[in-house]
Amino acid sequence: MSEMIRGRVWKYGHNINTDIISPGQYMSLSIEEQSQHAMEAIDPDFSKKVRPGDIIVAGDNFGSGSSRETAPLVLKHLQVGAILGNFFARIFFRNAINIGLPVVEMGDTSYIDEGDMLEIDLLKGKVINITKGQEYKTAKLPAHLVEMVSLGGLEPYLAKRMGISS
Amino acid sequence: MVGMTIAEKTLARAAGKKEVRPGEIVWVNVDIAMMHDLLGPRLIDKGFRKLGGKLFDREKVVVVSDHCTPPATVYQADILKYTRDWAKEFELPYYYEFEGPCHQVIVEHGHVRPGRLILGTDSHTCMAGGLGAFATGIGSTEMIGVLLTGETWLKVPETIKVNWEGTIPSGIYSKDIILKTIGDIGHAGATYQVLEFAGSAIRGMSLDERLVLSNMAVEAGAKTGIIEPDDVIEGFLKTKGIENTERINSDHDARYLREFAYNASELEPQVACPHEIDNVHPVSAVEGTYVDQVYLGSCTNGRISDLRVAAEILKGRKISKNIRCLVVPASQAIWMQANKEGILDVLTEAGCIVNMPSCGACGGFTSGVIGAGEVVMSSSNRNFKGRMGSPLGEIYIGSPATVAATAIEGKIADPRKYIQ
Repeated sequence: MSEMIRGRVWKYGHNINTDIISPGQYMSLSIEEQSQHAMEAIDPDFSKKVRPGDIIVAGDNFGSGSSRETAPLVLKHLQVGAILGNFFARIFFRNAINIGLPVVEMGDTSYIDEGDMLEIDLLKGKVINITKGQEYKTAKLPAHLVEMVSLGGLEPYLAKRMGISS
Repeated sequence: MVGMTIAEKTLARAAGKKEVRPGEIVWVNVDIAMMHDLLGPRLIDKGFRKLGGKLFDREKVVVVSDHCTPPATVYQADILKYTRDWAKEFELPYYYEFEGPCHQVIVEHGHVRPGRLILGTDSHTCMAGGLGAFATGIGSTEMIGVLLTGETWLKVPETIKVNWEGTIPSGIYSKDIILKTIGDIGHAGATYQVLEFAGSAIRGMSLDERLVLSNMAVEAGAKTGIIEPDDVIEGFLKTKGIENTERINSDHDARYLREFAYNASELEPQVACPHEIDNVHPVSAVEGTYVDQVYLGSCTNGRISDLRVAAEILKGRKISKNIRCLVVPASQAIWMQANKEGILDVLTEAGCIVNMPSCGACGGFTSGVIGAGEVVMSSSNRNFKGRMGSPLGEIYIGSPATVAATAIEGKIADPRKYIQ
C-alpha cells in the first residue's frame, strides 16, 4: 500500500455502525465468510459489487458501536482502498489504522457522489475528485500513523521498530 | 494552574505526569488488559507470538470467555477451547469462563478499582468507569502492543459533565437517566470525549445503578463514562477485601467542554426505538407497540437490583401468551443471589425463561436471537439493525421495569402502573 489511493466511490450516509459493517451473528465465522455479509443490512450486494481499491465515502460517525476489529478487517479483506468520512467513531478509527486500512476525516463529504473516481493523498491531506474535477482538503494523519497504515498496520510497524522480520 | 477532571487525573497518573491537558497525546501504563473469547487470544495470538510472545505482566492480564458461552456451534466451542488453552499456556492467574459478561465479572473479582487504567477488547469496557477507573475499548491488534509492552498511546479527551440533581421518582431508574442523556447528546455527540456523571441523583445511586450509566457512555460515542468514587464504591470494594483505594475527585475549577443539567424528579420512563440508541422517546409515545420477545439481562441491566425490580412487577402475574421473556442474570454470583432470594422462582412462575449468564442474545451470538420481522424490548445497551439477530428485526431498549411491564402486556407498557 502506498500513500496515494485511487478508486471508485460507494457512498453511504451517517452512522454506519459495526453491526451493519460486520454483523454479530456471523462473527464466529472466518473473515472470508464474514466479509460476504459486510454492509448487508443496508446494501445486501455490497460484497459482490465492491472491487479492489474502491473507496467507501460516508457521513458522520462511521464505525460506531462495537470494538470488533472484524469491522475494518472485512472491508480490508474485500480490498476496500480507503474510507473517507466526515468523522469516525473512535475505536473503529484506531482499529482501521492498526490493521492498515486508511481512514480519512474530511469534515464534509457531501460533494462526493457514488461512482465518482477519487485520488486520496494521505500525506498531503488532499483528495482529488477526478470525475468532477474538484479538490478537497482532509485532516492529515501524523506521519507515524501514515507509516503504520502504509506498512500494513501496527503489527508490521512494531516488528519494524523491534527489528523483527515479518 | 487550572484544575483537572477525574479522567485527566487518572490519565496523568497512568502517564507518570503531574498534569495532562485535553488534546495532549500521552503514553500510558495499563493497569488491566482485558480480553474476551470472541476478540481475544484467537485473534491476537499470531501477531503476539511473532513479536516475541512475552506478556508484559500476567498479573495484569484478564481473560473472560463470555460471548460464545454456552457454545451454540462447534465453531464457538472451538473458540472457547482455544481461549481456555491459551490462558493455560500463558499461565494466566485470571481466566474466567461461563461466569457472565466480562464487564460484570471483572467488577465482581475486584479487578476494577478507582484510578486504574483499564483497556479491553470490547466497547463496553467503559463500564468500569462506574467505580472511578478510566476504562475504554480497544481493538484486538492494539491489544497485541499492550500485551507486549504494557503501554499504549491515548489522546487526553475533553470531558462533558452530566449533572442529574433531584430525587428519582418511583418507577424511574438509571437506565431512564442514561437514555434521556444519550437522546440529548446524540449517539455520536460525545465522540472522543468523556462523560462524567455527577449530581445528587447520581450520588444517591447504588453501584448497580451507576454501572448502567458508565456502561452506556460509549453509546454516545464517548471514550469512557466516569463517576467520582465515594463511600458506596469503597464499601463495595471492602466486601472484596480491597482497602485503601484512591479517592480521585474532579477539581472544583476543572474545565469541561460542555455541561448538561437535569432534574431527575421530572423524568418519565424512556425508550430507545429502532434502530439507533439516541432515538429516545418517553414510554407514552410508544406504549402499545406489540413485541415478540423481551430480554431482561446483559452487562447493562442484568444485576441483582434489576432482577428484584422485575420480580416485584411480575410477582403473582403472568407474562403475555404472545411473547417469550428471556432472563439473563449478569453473572453466576447474581444468579445465585437471585436464587437465594426466590427471584428466579417468581420469574419462572410468571412464565419467564432463565438463561445462564452470557453475552447471549444481546450481541446476537447465542440463546435467543431474533428472526426477520420480530420485535424485542430489551434491557441491554444497543439497538442497531441486526444487533440481536436478523437485520429485519426491531429492538427497543428500556429499563428492567419497562421490560417487565412489557412482558405482562405483550406490548410496550409504562411500568409505573405496576409499582406501588
